[in-house]
Amino acid sequence: MSSIPAELKYTSSHEWVRKEEDGSYTVGITEHAQELLGDMVFVELPEVGEEVNASDDVAVAESVKAASDVYSPLTGEIVAINEDLEDSPELVNSDAFGDGWLFRIMPSDVAELDDLLDAEGYQEVIDEE
Amino acid sequence: MPQQTALYQQHIDGNAKMVDFFGWEMPIRYESQIDEHHQVRNDAGMFDVSHMTIVDVKGPQAKAYLQTLLANDVAKLKVAGKALYSGMLNEQGGVIDDLIVYFFADDDYRVVVNSATREKDLNWMEQIAEPFDVELIEQADLAMIAVQGPNAIAKAQLVLSPEQQQAVAGMKPFFGVHAGELFIATTGYTGEAGYEIMVPSAKAGELWQALLKAEVKPAGLGARDTLRLEAGMNLYGQDMDETISPLAANMGWTIGWDDTERAFVGRAALEQQRIEGTDKLVGLVMTEKGVLRAGQNVRLAEGEEPCGVITSGTFSPTLGHAIALARVPADAGDTVQVEMRKKWVTVKRVKPVFVRNGKAVID
Repeated sequence: MSSIPAELKYTSSHEWVRKEEDGSYTVGITEHAQELLGDMVFVELPEVGEEVNASDDVAVAESVKAASDVYSPLTGEIVAINEDLEDSPELVNSDAFGDGWLFRIMPSDVAELDDLLDAEGYQEVIDEE
Repeated sequence: MPQQTALYQQHIDGNAKMVDFFGWEMPIRYESQIDEHHQVRNDAGMFDVSHMTIVDVKGPQAKAYLQTLLANDVAKLKVAGKALYSGMLNEQGGVIDDLIVYFFADDDYRVVVNSATREKDLNWMEQIAEPFDVELIEQADLAMIAVQGPNAIAKAQLVLSPEQQQAVAGMKPFFGVHAGELFIATTGYTGEAGYEIMVPSAKAGELWQALLKAEVKPAGLGARDTLRLEAGMNLYGQDMDETISPLAANMGWTIGWDDTERAFVGRAALEQQRIEGTDKLVGLVMTEKGVLRAGQNVRLAEGEEPCGVITSGTFSPTLGHAIALARVPADAGDTVQVEMRKKWVTVKRVKPVFVRNGKAVID
């Protein structure tokens, strides 16, 4: 079964969110999501500096099997993107919760964090699929 | 409940991700689909293709029957063991299925058809067989393993008995031979050399294990699809079906026109289509980011109405960019446009073959 780290927050659309020391949040897709999509071949990322709203489609994870939109879990500014994915999209497969991260966002409304799922809540989403 | 092949336990033991493939529980991939693809292009991989339907055609009129049933002409088969690729058409000239027929003698052939179309194929074959003195015998107890790749033949030979090795020695592409309890053919669906080995179900696991020991790695249906598409080989149900003429599916070369007396099913319709002209199946290549996918609309140029469709599309692991087969009007130019995620992208039109024997062959 896919791992679901307890220290992360999740969306029902299979993104994970991790708090960084500078107040920004790192976003990726879950182990479960990469497992469903299969081998990643392209990852289209937002631009650094872009202002995005929660639930906007801001990135595309394209695997051999399908293209899947990635939604921003939070409203705010994109402050970093994972440039390694340009040459090595397979990092999303091999290390979804680590080196396969997609982007970092500086949130403008931290109250939105309350809308995210904890590990248990995300497990329920998977179980219901 | 989907059916399981004789190799089901091997897939589970190999950690395969299983999917329901037209009623069969089959491995889509084991670890990485792309690694499995490269394994076949660069070394040797194996596929469980036991779900395929094997039918022996025997009897005094077997040849005459197949000359009626198939668009290609089995009269081309003169050497025992030689195989032929053909469409099986309806009266309207649509493709009921594509298949391989092996010739042993004028009264003894073996036909391999797709599993997804098994019932309709068998019904059609029985129907056309009515006036002929011929017997159709399904070999449901045979499993089949396709061993494919530049090292496939050398590695597969390690698991054969001396008698079997002798039986396949020097066998040219597109032949098959009975070798002990195996039937071994130099056919495949990847664009690489290799064998398709039919084996009694009870012995299939043993053969799979022996091939694993010979360092042939398992590959799933996912890699099988990217390999066949790179090789420009059609997939039934995607690139053609009962509503599509072989002339519009890059299968014109499989129609045996030469014997004008031969009234195969669909001939009259095809002759009419040949006069009127048909769409054609072409290759598309896109080197920008993104992946061409089946179902995407195609138009000939900016501002024109959609007039074609991608029938199969994927990321080509060998070439590192997207490739596709598309059905378009015959007058399509060197570039066409594809509708991808709400925007139109210009892509290059090429011959519908991309990779053969590990090498890019795009013109």
